[in-house]
Amino acid sequence: MCLAVPGKIVDKQDMLATVDISGVTRKVSLMLLPEAQAGDFVLIHAGFAIQRLDEAEAKKTLELFKELEKYAELDA
Amino acid sequence: MQSLTPEEQRRTAGFFTTEISHRVKRPLRLMEVCGTHTVAIFKAGIRQLLPAGVELVSGPGCPVCVTPNEYLDTAIAYSRQPNVILTTFGDMLRVPGSSSSLLVEKAAGADIRIVYSPLESLDIARDYPDKQVIFLAVGFETTAPTAAATVLTAARADLKNFSVLSSHKLVPPALQALLDRPGVRVDGFLLPGHVSAVIGVEPYRFLQRNFGIPAVIAGFDPLDILQSVYMLVRQLEDGAAKLENQYSRIVPAAGNPAACKLLEQVYQPADTVWRGLGMIPSSGLVLRPGYSAFDSRSKLPVVVEPASEPKGCRCGEILQGSIKPTACPLFGRSCTPDHPVGSCMVSVEGTCAAWHKYGAGRWQL
Ligand code: SF4
Ligand code: SF4
Repeated sequence: MCLAVPGKIVDKQDMLATVDISGVTRKVSLMLLPEAQAGDFVLIHAGFAIQRLDEAEAKKTLELFKELEKYAELDA
Repeated sequence: MQSLTPEEQRRTAGFFTTEISHRVKRPLRLMEVCGTHTVAIFKAGIRQLLPAGVELVSGPGCPVCVTPNEYLDTAIAYSRQPNVILTTFGDMLRVPGSSSSLLVEKAAGADIRIVYSPLESLDIARDYPDKQVIFLAVGFETTAPTAAATVLTAARADLKNFSVLSSHKLVPPALQALLDRPGVRVDGFLLPGHVSAVIGVEPYRFLQRNFGIPAVIAGFDPLDILQSVYMLVRQLEDGAAKLENQYSRIVPAAGNPAACKLLEQVYQPADTVWRGLGMIPSSGLVLRPGYSAFDSRSKLPVVVEPASEPKGCRCGEILQGSIKPTACPLFGRSCTPDHPVGSCMVSVEGTCAAWHKYGAGRWQL
């Protein structure tokens, strides 16, 4: 039930955002994430943006995975 | 992660599974608390990738599964009232109550509408000023703030014909209650990422402090899950019991303060009954007295039939991770996703439903 999907805010009008979720646009409430801005990637649950995607942290995870990929290669 | 090629993903997964195999020296039981994890684990075949000594068991991770019959019976009683429109997330429709389900009531003419967002209930309330609109407010910490925001919006708009039938539940008290039970053996927890996106890291600290159990807040991609299992295994083999956050790209340490504040403003903790786990102190949320005008139970009292449990269903043990679905005599026989007897077969995130759909892999009995 707490399924949540990422989307990108393309427009913000007060507490209402238009988000692009894999090519589909939807209106979502920003009442739970008032600081979100146009351009942000957010996690959307039940019509509300509930969290922002931290791009620096996302990059860290990705870099870790890339590093491990090299390691796995050496190991093989 | 989408930005890795399939080949890179395969190799990274290979790294984690090899490391896990090298490190595991004794049988481990790791519990994923969240039904979304359960489904991701089955879909990606993660159980089959792990060495035989690492067992993944599902816990009480789906609000649909843990909603007791008494709540459904109350919702059904409301749906039978004239001039009531029930709004609900789709998952709740097929959950069997003591003697009916919302789907059966809907077919019989009850006005029950599926909403994607609780806010849609307010539009319905505006469109039907002569009817009472009741939103079935079910869900964990991820979902409860969306209901709180809806109640607040209704209060600001002074909407008099909207209320919520609240059955929100909190994850940390349930974990505590589970661990307090004799006979429950869990070596480590994969904690629910989207619940944590709201509550943050600290509410789980007791796992480490009171129980010495390692825990990792985990994301939902197969590599996130494998990395989280690897982090747990590493802790267990080092004799550590830490609280780690694998999903930091979505879960900041403080969670979502605006959502928590709204939740706190509208709701207060209360004792509540979980299917299979019984009453757990302070594990539910009820509206604060200032919002009682939006509380269906106090606003529109209704007579509810006495609740009874389905015969033979073993959801209680499933939700504690103490048996596998195949141990239930009804599994795949009288209980299937098309004709669920118990709630764990209803939600796509339910443990019985996941086993039925994806098979049990290496764990098939
Ligand atoms: S309701 Fe939330 S915590 Fe439960 S299974 Fe679904 S996603 Fe996970
Ligand atoms: S198989 Fe059906 S009856 Fe048995 S425990 Fe699961 S949901 Fe309950």
